[in-house]
Amino acid sequence: MKFYRNHVLVGISEMALNAGVEDFLKALRQELAKADLAEEINILETGPLGFFGKGICITVYPENINYSDLKIEDIPELVNEHFLKGRPVARLILETGAKFSPKFNYETRIVLRNSGIIDPESIDEYIGAGGYEAWEKALTQMQPMDIVNEVKASGLRGRGGAGFPAGVKWSFTAPLEAEQKYVVVNADEGEPGTFKDRLIMEGDPHQLLEGIMICARAIGASKAWIYIRGEYKLCIERLRHAIKQAKEYGILGENIFDSGFDLDIDLKIGAGAYVCGEETALIESLEGNRGNPRWKPPFPGVKGLWQYPTVVNNVETLANVPYIIKNGADAYKKFGTPECTGTKVYTILGDVAHPGLCEIDMGTTLRTIINEYAGGMKKGFKFKAALVGGAAGVILPDRLLDVKMDFASLNQYAAVLGSGAILVMNEHQSIVDILWSILRFFRHESCGKCAPCRNGTQQLYKLITKIKSGNGTMDDVELMQNIAETMLNTSFCALGQSPIMAIRSAIENFKDEFIEITKK
Amino acid sequence: MYKEICSKYAPTKDNLIYILHEIQDTHPQHYISEEAVEAVSEYLKIPSNHIYGVLTFYTMYSTKPRGKNIIRLCESPPCYIKGSDNIMRKLRTELGVEEGGTTKDGLFTLELCACLGVCGNAPVMMINDDVYGDLTEEKVEEILEKVRRRK
Repeated sequence: MKFYRNHVLVGISEMALNAGVEDFLKALRQELAKADLAEEINILETGPLGFFGKGICITVYPENINYSDLKIEDIPELVNEHFLKGRPVARLILETGAKFSPKFNYETRIVLRNSGIIDPESIDEYIGAGGYEAWEKALTQMQPMDIVNEVKASGLRGRGGAGFPAGVKWSFTAPLEAEQKYVVVNADEGEPGTFKDRLIMEGDPHQLLEGIMICARAIGASKAWIYIRGEYKLCIERLRHAIKQAKEYGILGENIFDSGFDLDIDLKIGAGAYVCGEETALIESLEGNRGNPRWKPPFPGVKGLWQYPTVVNNVETLANVPYIIKNGADAYKKFGTPECTGTKVYTILGDVAHPGLCEIDMGTTLRTIINEYAGGMKKGFKFKAALVGGAAGVILPDRLLDVKMDFASLNQYAAVLGSGAILVMNEHQSIVDILWSILRFFRHESCGKCAPCRNGTQQLYKLITKIKSGNGTMDDVELMQNIAETMLNTSFCALGQSPIMAIRSAIENFKDEFIEITKK
Repeated sequence: MYKEICSKYAPTKDNLIYILHEIQDTHPQHYISEEAVEAVSEYLKIPSNHIYGVLTFYTMYSTKPRGKNIIRLCESPPCYIKGSDNIMRKLRTELGVEEGGTTKDGLFTLELCACLGVCGNAPVMMINDDVYGDLTEEKVEEILEKVRRRK
């Protein structure tokens, strides 16, 4: 094996590509060759490194130094100073909070443990990092019901928003006799402020495939579909490549590991509809229809895709599964809280010092997440509120900063963890304004199937627009809450039941602002 | 031309979304015409009203001719609080069109869209398949100029 003095990890993400990372790499390789360092410095292309708004980013090992916002013009200095003389270039180093180093902001990594470290386009690197061991164990040493029970025991809850226990979901489908069963992966990430699934797929596509395989074995499915949004070009490319590699290695396909088990995984590209995050709407879309949700029951686990039993899971949920199977439910339960085990990937945005994503234990408080993982508020700004869980989430004021972020704790405050998106607002931002933006979103995304949601979202938008313009009254504010309440009780699916959360939390926690704006 | 695209896929309804994607992507005006709907209807043996229903449900499809470059600016909360409205104003004045409009030279169509999943770089827009983030009004000018020169 060849030894290198330094390993340079270059993050290839959608944004890095846009910032010209390909030209950058070419120039870097040329400069290294010119300095006669090509044999000493190893360049590795990997997934997103986990920091945003920073253009081209690299991490240099063994020093573990993060450079950000690199330009081609910086290369000579970088090569000459750091790679030749071993003196890191201070002006280019990414400044981070204390908690960020040495592992940057993935403090407890399960889902993202390989992300930004291995080459996502190399199955060998995934296997080298312990990948596909869980799949082999699940297929050769475990019975389907053992897998279901292990996942059940781990307490893993769905990471798409609702938090339904994954093992329980599987246990409905596993014992059913059917000529065909399906696994469907919900990769139609559309909750505003959420991009965790994109990072998981860009950074470690094989881990998702392994999770799908284990799920398929557990429920007895021979076909899996990944329903992915059309905008995620890089994910689509990497997943296709990963599926091809897995087939070449005999990890996927017919008679895998001589077990007699067949599995095929395919991608389906979505066409843009938020409601398709609802599992029955997603199934309708897969069948080639409008993405209108179906009546439940029967649940998809019994009658799903083309009326066959189907398990629909979120990307992050399935990406947790290989760890559980490989290390056991007890090892997994060490993370998080007793009711909500494991880790959660959060995306932290808005007026914090270091927007980005972090994977940490379930039950970490919002205060800790903002102060220690996102580096606190941006300089000169004060915390006012955080929108937690995307558009279908709640607006939390500073007095709730110490609420634990997990499904159970947030429920006590009629709040939801949702997809894990945290949008932080500063003291100058108007709550009415953000609520207007949320209700505009719902107006656009209502699928139109049921009247409460179709009409309700329109009326809510009209009312909030009136209030925002200063022409509203407190009666309008009350009416808004009434309509949303009615929608909660009468809407067909979760979409129409969601606007109440943002509305109620905004009015309860920031009533003064509504009084102020309606006084004019 | 439409028949040719259809024949690449098995004639089952679940391929409808794929076929529509390809028809739209390969059309110089990035849209799905009535003739296209008829052709797909005949191939898949499903009524054209079903296809029209699907077509108008999903935001990525268009039933009207569009420009060579489709600008989709995100208007969801994370981009909104970072000033996507100012970016929209800038785009409108730069291009001289309203939302949904196409410039006279047929080079740009301006659209709004929901979250693109690149919120770390809000405000964000896509032009065709390329993502542009951390937008400022000056950056918008630069980007449009770059795309114009590309033609």
